[in-house]
Amino acid sequence: MTAVTAPPAAPTTAARPPEARRRSPLAWAREHLLLAVTVLIFVFMLLPNVIIFWMSFNQPQGKFDYVWHRFSLAAWQNPCANGEMCHSIGLSLRIGVVATIVATVLGTMIAFAMVRYRFKARSGINALLFLPMAAPEVVMGATLAALFFNTIGPGGLGFWTITIAHVMFCVSYVVVTVKSRLAGMDPTLERAAQDLYATPTQTFRYVTLPLVAPGIAAAALLAFALSIDDYIVTVFTAGNLETFPMYIWGSVQRAYPAQIDVIGSLMLIVTMAIIALSQVLGRARSARR
Amino acid sequence: MTAVVPSPELTEPVEPPPSARKPKRNWTPWVLLAPGLLWLVVFFLVPIFTSVSASVQTGDYDDGFKLTWHWANYSQALTDYGVQYLHSGIYSVLCTVFCLALGYPVAYFIAFKGGKYKSLLMALVIVPSFTSFLIRTIAWKTILADNGPVVQFLNDAHVLKLTSALGWTVGNHVLASPAAVVCGMVYNFLPFTILPLYTSLEKIDPRLHEAGHDLYCSPFTTWRRVTLPLSMPGVIGGTLLTFIPAIGDYINAQLLGNPNTGVVGQKIEDLFLRNTQGYPVGSAISVVMMVGTLVLVMSYIRKAGTEDLI
Amino acid sequence: MSSNDVLGRTEGGDLRLAGLTKRYGSFTAVDDLDLTVPQGSFFALLGASGCGKTTTLRMVSGLEEPTAGRIFLGDQDVTDRKPYRRPVNTVFQNYALFPHLDIYENVAFGLRRRGVKDVKKPVTDMLDLVELGHLAKRKPGQLSGGQQQRIALARALINQPQVLLLDEPLGALDLKLRRQMQIELKRIQLEVGLTFVHVTHDQEEAMTMADTIAVMNAGRIEQMGSPAELYENPSTTFVANFLGQSNLLTGTVEGVDGDVVTVTAHGQRLTLDAARCPVRSGAVILGVRPEKVHLARTGAEIPAGHNRLTGGTVVDTSFIGVSTQYLVTLATGEEVSVFEQNTGREIQRPGTEVVVHWDPSQGFGLEGGQDIEAGAADIEEDAA
Repeated sequence: MTAVTAPPAAPTTAARPPEARRRSPLAWAREHLLLAVTVLIFVFMLLPNVIIFWMSFNQPQGKFDYVWHRFSLAAWQNPCANGEMCHSIGLSLRIGVVATIVATVLGTMIAFAMVRYRFKARSGINALLFLPMAAPEVVMGATLAALFFNTIGPGGLGFWTITIAHVMFCVSYVVVTVKSRLAGMDPTLERAAQDLYATPTQTFRYVTLPLVAPGIAAAALLAFALSIDDYIVTVFTAGNLETFPMYIWGSVQRAYPAQIDVIGSLMLIVTMAIIALSQVLGRARSARR
Repeated sequence: MTAVVPSPELTEPVEPPPSARKPKRNWTPWVLLAPGLLWLVVFFLVPIFTSVSASVQTGDYDDGFKLTWHWANYSQALTDYGVQYLHSGIYSVLCTVFCLALGYPVAYFIAFKGGKYKSLLMALVIVPSFTSFLIRTIAWKTILADNGPVVQFLNDAHVLKLTSALGWTVGNHVLASPAAVVCGMVYNFLPFTILPLYTSLEKIDPRLHEAGHDLYCSPFTTWRRVTLPLSMPGVIGGTLLTFIPAIGDYINAQLLGNPNTGVVGQKIEDLFLRNTQGYPVGSAISVVMMVGTLVLVMSYIRKAGTEDLI
Repeated sequence: MSSNDVLGRTEGGDLRLAGLTKRYGSFTAVDDLDLTVPQGSFFALLGASGCGKTTTLRMVSGLEEPTAGRIFLGDQDVTDRKPYRRPVNTVFQNYALFPHLDIYENVAFGLRRRGVKDVKKPVTDMLDLVELGHLAKRKPGQLSGGQQQRIALARALINQPQVLLLDEPLGALDLKLRRQMQIELKRIQLEVGLTFVHVTHDQEEAMTMADTIAVMNAGRIEQMGSPAELYENPSTTFVANFLGQSNLLTGTVEGVDGDVVTVTAHGQRLTLDAARCPVRSGAVILGVRPEKVHLARTGAEIPAGHNRLTGGTVVDTSFIGVSTQYLVTLATGEEVSVFEQNTGREIQRPGTEVVVHWDPSQGFGLEGGQDIEAGAADIEEDAA
C-alpha cells in the first residue's frame, strides 16, 4: 500500500516490508516487556492487600502484627476483642454517612446549577470548587483547626467539626462526578419529555433524575470512601474523639493487633461483594426485560 | 453551520448559537449554588484567612492567642524547618516521577492491549483502595521487614550496600529510610496517576498507531510523535493528582520513615496538636506551604498548557 | 377525538405561523415567517443547515420562544403555551428515546403524563402500527437505528397530536433504510391522517414524501408549492439550484411575441414559454434542467425549433449506468450539464465538439440580477 505512493526518496525504514517489522525479535521482546512490566506493577499494587489478608490469620508474637508467627483464627473469631477499635469504626461510619448525605445533596445542587444555567461569576465558582481539590490536606486541616480554635475553642472539637470538615473536602468531588454525568446526558431527552406533556417537575422526576442517578450514586460512594478513610483533616478537627484511621495511627505506637488486618480484609471483601451483587442484580434485571 | 449531513451523534442542533439560553434574570441557580458554596466559603476560604491572621499571633492555649503582627513567626517557619521543606519537595517530586514512570506503561497496556479485560484491569487498579490506606501502608512494614524475602534478596544482591552508601536506605534495612517513604508514597498515589492517564489514552483511536506506522514511524517514534502528545492531558492530570496529595503527605514519612525523614506535614501536626504555643508558627508554615503549592501547580499548569501541549 | 379536549385540540385546525421571528442577538434565525399548513397534509420545510428550519420547528413545538409573531393551531393562539401544553409532538433528529425506559414505557410516556389510566391497548396498537410489538420489553439501546426511528414515531403518534413535527428524522439512517422509511412514513401519514411537518436538508426526501414543500433560505421562505411545481418552475436561482440541478444562463429579453419570449444569452438566440417566464424585458436568467438538454455532434441534425448553444466541447463524461452525465464548455466559457438517459446512444468522449439543444417549452425564466450560484454550494457540500 505504502510502496505505491512512497516518494523516491523514502526513508530507509519504509523500504523494509511491513512483515519484517512484525517479525523482528526486538518488537516481540518489547511487546512482552510491556506485559511483564505491567504484571510486576500490578503485583506491587496488589501485594499489600494479600499481605493484610495473610496477616489477619497470624498470631503475632509480640504486640505488633507485622511479622508472621503462627496460624490462628483468633482475630477472625473475635474481631472486636478491642472495644476501642470497634467503637472508632462505629464513629467513622456515622461521620461517613452524615458527611456523605450532606456533601451529596450540596454537590448535586451545585452540579445542576453549573450545567443547566448560565450566570455570572462562573469562573470564580469553578476556582472555589477546584481549590479544595488542589490544596494539600494538611493545609486544609490546619487552617480549619485555626478557624475552630478561634471561634469555638479547642474544647468544641468533636463529631460535628469532623463532619463539617469531611463535607467540605467531599463537595468538590461530588460536583465533578455529578457534573460529568449531567454534561454527558443528551439534552434532547428533557425536551422530548416536555414535548410528551411532562411538566418541568415530571420531567425531572421521570427523566432527569433516573438518568443522573448513577452519577449521584457514584459521587456518594466516592464521598463515603473519602470520609471513612481520611486521617489528616480528621486529626486536626477531632478533639478527643478517635475515628478508625486515628485508631490505626495510634496502634502503630501502642499495639497493632491482627484484628486491624481482619477489618482491612473485610473492607475489601464487603465492597467487592456489594459490587458483584449489584452487577448480578443489574444483569438479572436486564435479562428479565 | 458546517455539518451539512446530520451526524448520528447526540449533538445539539447547530442552528441556535450557544449563547441563546434565556437571558432572563433567574434566581434558581443561585438557590442551588448557595448552600454548597456557602459551606466552602465558611469552612475553606475563611479558614485560610483565619490562618493568615493566626500566623502573626502570639500566645498559648491557656491564655489565648492575640494578634500581635508577630512576623517573626514567618522567619521561624522558613528557617527552622528548611530540612522538612526540602524533604517534602524531594519526596513528592520523586514520587510523581516514579508514579508517571510506572503508571504510564500500565495505563498504556490496559488501554491498548487490555481488550475485553479493560474494565477488569481498571477495577484491579482501584480495588485495593477499598481497604483503608493506613492499613495498606502499614502492610509495607511486613513486606519490607528486615528478615523478609525482599530485604534478604536485596541484601544478597548487595543492592542495599549501594543504596545505603547513597543515603537512600539505612544499613541492612529498607524500613525506616527515605527509600521506604518514597516507596510507600508511590504505592499510595499510583492509582491517581493511572486513572487520568488511562482516560486520555483510552480515547486515542488505535488506528492512529497504524497511521503512524504507515507514515514511516517506528513503534517508538509513533509513541513519541502520536501517542504521547495525545495523552498529554492525562500526563498533566495524573502528575497533578499525584503531586498535590504527595506534597502534603506525612503518613508515609511517619509510618515508613525515621526521625531523619521528617516532612512539613508532621511539623504542622506537631505544632498544632502537641505544642501549646506552636499554633501561630504552624499556621505560618501552612500558609507558606499553601502559597508554595499553588505557585508550583499554577506555573506547572501554565507551562504545560502553553508550551508542552502544542 | 373530542372537538376540544384538555390540550385544546380542535378539529379542522390548520397550523398557521404569522410574522414568526427568532433572533439570537444580532443573528436572525427566522425572519418574519408567514405560513399556513393545511390540516392533514404532509408538509416539508426544506433548506440547508442554518437556514432556520429547525428553529421554526422548535418554536412550533414550544421548545423555543419566538422573538415576535404568533403561532396558531386552528383558531387557537398557542404562542405562549408551554411545550407540554401543546397538542404538538416531535420526532427528534436523534430520536431522543429515554434510555432508562423500555420500549413500551417510552411509547406510553406521553399518555401517562396526561393521566391516561389504561395505556395498554393504545400502546399495543401503536407498536403494531410500526410493526415492532415484539420488542416492547427491550431497551432503546438494544434496537437498530431504523427500529429506534419507528419507536420515536410511535411515541409521538400515540398522542394523536394535531401536528406531528419531524426533525430530520431519517438523517441518521443509511441510504437503503432511509428509502424504506420514507415509504413507511408516507404510509403511516396516510393511515392516521395527521398533519406532518417535516424538516429536512435532503431535497429528495422532501420530494418523495411531502405534498407541499417550502424551501427556506436565510430565515425566509424562498418558494412554496408541490414538488413538481417547485422543480419545474422555480422562482429563484436558489430554488433552481437547491432542488435538483439547473443550467442557468444570464441573458437579456429581446422581445415578446405572443406566447414566446426571445432572449439573447452569450450571443445566441434562445426562446422561452411566456407562461414560464416572469420577465418581459431587460435582464433575465434562463434555466434548463440537465436531463432536458440533449447533445449532438457539431454538424449533426438537430430537431427544428429547438434552442441550441453551439461551439461546445465535452470536457467530462461520467457514465453512471442509468444515464451519462456530460459537462460541456461553451466558447464563452459557460459550463452546461447534460444528463442523457441510457437509451443506447453513442457516448461522447471528452474533447468532442458538440451542440447542446433543448425543446424551448422545457426552459424556465427567472428574474435577472440574481446570483446564479445561489444554493448550488450547499448541494456540493451535501454530496461531499
